Amino acid sequence: MTARLNQMLYVLVAVLVALLFTSLVLVLAGASPVAAYWYILKGSLGSWTKITDVMVAWVPLLLATAGLLVTFAAGLWNIGIEGQIVLGGIFTTWVLRLLQDSTMTPALIIILAIAAGAIGGALWSALAGLLKVYGGVNEIFGGLGLDFVAVALTLWLIFGPWKRPGIGSMSGTEPFPEKLWLPTLGHTRLSLWALLIGLVSAAVVYFLLSGTYFGLKLKAVGKNPRAAHLLGIPTTRYMMSAFLLSGLFAGLAGAVQVTAVYHRLIPAISSGYGWLGLMVSMLINFQPLWAAPVTFFFALLNIGSIQLPIMLKLDSSLSGVLQGALVLSFLLVGGARQRHLARRQVEEASHE
Amino acid sequence: MSSHDIIIGLAGVLFAAAPVVFATVGETLTERAGIINLSVNGTILLAAMASFAVAVSMHSIWLGFAMGVLVGAAVALLVAFSSISLKQSQVAVGFVLTLMTRDLAYFLGNPYMGLQGPRVQSLPIPGLSKIPVIGVLFFNQDPLTYLSFILIGVAWWWVFHTRPGLTLQAIGERPEAAYARGAPVNKLRYIYAAVGGALVGLAGPTYSLSVKAGWKGTISGLDGIGWIALALTIFGGWDPVRGAIGAYFFALLQWLGLVLQPYLPNVPSQVLQVAPFPLMILTLLLVNIGNAEWVDRTLAGLPPDARRTIRKILRWMQVVPPASLGVPFEEE
Repeated sequence: MTARLNQMLYVLVAVLVALLFTSLVLVLAGASPVAAYWYILKGSLGSWTKITDVMVAWVPLLLATAGLLVTFAAGLWNIGIEGQIVLGGIFTTWVLRLLQDSTMTPALIIILAIAAGAIGGALWSALAGLLKVYGGVNEIFGGLGLDFVAVALTLWLIFGPWKRPGIGSMSGTEPFPEKLWLPTLGHTRLSLWALLIGLVSAAVVYFLLSGTYFGLKLKAVGKNPRAAHLLGIPTTRYMMSAFLLSGLFAGLAGAVQVTAVYHRLIPAISSGYGWLGLMVSMLINFQPLWAAPVTFFFALLNIGSIQLPIMLKLDSSLSGVLQGALVLSFLLVGGARQRHLARRQVEEASHE
Repeated sequence: MSSHDIIIGLAGVLFAAAPVVFATVGETLTERAGIINLSVNGTILLAAMASFAVAVSMHSIWLGFAMGVLVGAAVALLVAFSSISLKQSQVAVGFVLTLMTRDLAYFLGNPYMGLQGPRVQSLPIPGLSKIPVIGVLFFNQDPLTYLSFILIGVAWWWVFHTRPGLTLQAIGERPEAAYARGAPVNKLRYIYAAVGGALVGLAGPTYSLSVKAGWKGTISGLDGIGWIALALTIFGGWDPVRGAIGAYFFALLQWLGLVLQPYLPNVPSQVLQVAPFPLMILTLLLVNIGNAEWVDRTLAGLPPDARRTIRKILRWMQVVPPASLGVPFEEE
């Protein structure tokens, strides 16, 4: 069997296992798996509007994944990504609020606000980085704690200093005037500018990691920090750069959510795209080339599953079950395959 | 607030801490054996939902608890299997599982949202519960709270004062040495993953059938507790007693948040609820900072007396993980 065929077989088996598991879960919930998958597809690819909705979700997910691939290259689990998206949203909202009554042109205000979002994400990420590099706090726990703090900060802003005239509510801050929205395509919710930011970021990360000296050194730090240090690579500086870059892309995701999607700060501004980006990164085995198609597929599942409560009275969290099952199945089937290959090598060696 | 109210409140803290104690002690045992089970947060949610669903539909609180324990052990065994037998990253598998089990809980728990279910009754110990203060705190609780008290002692005794406990420490610190002396390292790792996972699973029904009875989906207020338990395992320095003290401190903070709420009308309740998380970062910083190189360098510039005192404090707080935590072991 050729290697390519073997690889395709592996992908096929992993996908089938994940689908089988999710179908069992659906049967357990008393629903028809075929109907559920059909409504997910129809609800995501059934019309031009639905496809643009998928792309609206695709952009922040792609940005989060792009950022995560940088930290993963350096061997870091940037669980704080969720909070970094939130801080991107907060900084963007902050600048929009400061400048909305100024005489500046709206385009300039939007650009400044998006840049501020990127900085906000990078700063929050730097915090997790400092805790890791100088405080010895594992980035998983430091980042996670900062995620919760970021959400609390959002709620405090929405119910406190930035509350709507009258009374603050879970619906978020007062929406910005339409001139401060990123323009959308026709009657859809999709902004081509946002899409451009997402695609360019993914391309930048791809070239950074596979075509630059910086990317090479970053991967050396990720593979073996001690060896990299002995080779003269300043590991702490590279780790901090990875955190800053990762947070920058996460911050952009938050900025896009505010300027192109919600036009205000809402409590769930990150919409779980950070978590989902972590899943995608693991599924694609941290290879940047696959980030764009797989994030698109995951966004499709998210948007399509919105139909489930409406059509089948099922909870929309099924998309998370299917996404998790896919990642787990790839990890397990991949492990089983490697074990099998290793055994065969041992057998072949003993035959000779 | 009268002193009577405070004692009742503190009794409530011991009661509310029980599931956190279960999860923290369980994870401590698993990590002592060298396995990181990162799935705790989702496992607690899935166990809480599944045990509530079973208890409601089978009309049996016992079957409910059995279900929770089973879910916890099963998820942990999956982590152990993928790491020991399939050589996959424990962090990756645990992390995927924590997210997937959470969504599974929300998806399958949908029909059970807001239903009335059975609830564990409190069980005052005759005689002892009448002792002033101590009786209310320790002997007027439900059976799970008693179990949590007992578990702390038993786990501590097992880890530090028995022969199998010594082997447990060995397989987490130096598995090759333990293996050379005849300890079945990977088999033991499977067992401790299952036992620890079962205890994490027990935290689920302790919530859904007692402390926060019922299943309310995303607003059950259980999301995040598993992460606290994982942090408490580190804070405890992989010692069940110190981890449990952390769990009580966490429950105390949550209670204080509720008590102080009326005095802080400008602070939304959600903000007070996350107060444990910055504290989690701070405590992890305190227990880890003694390991940092720059601290040593800075201390070198201080007068000897101050240096000695600070070193002593840092060493007292400092924790060191089991040397082979998360490192797979190849039996040859």
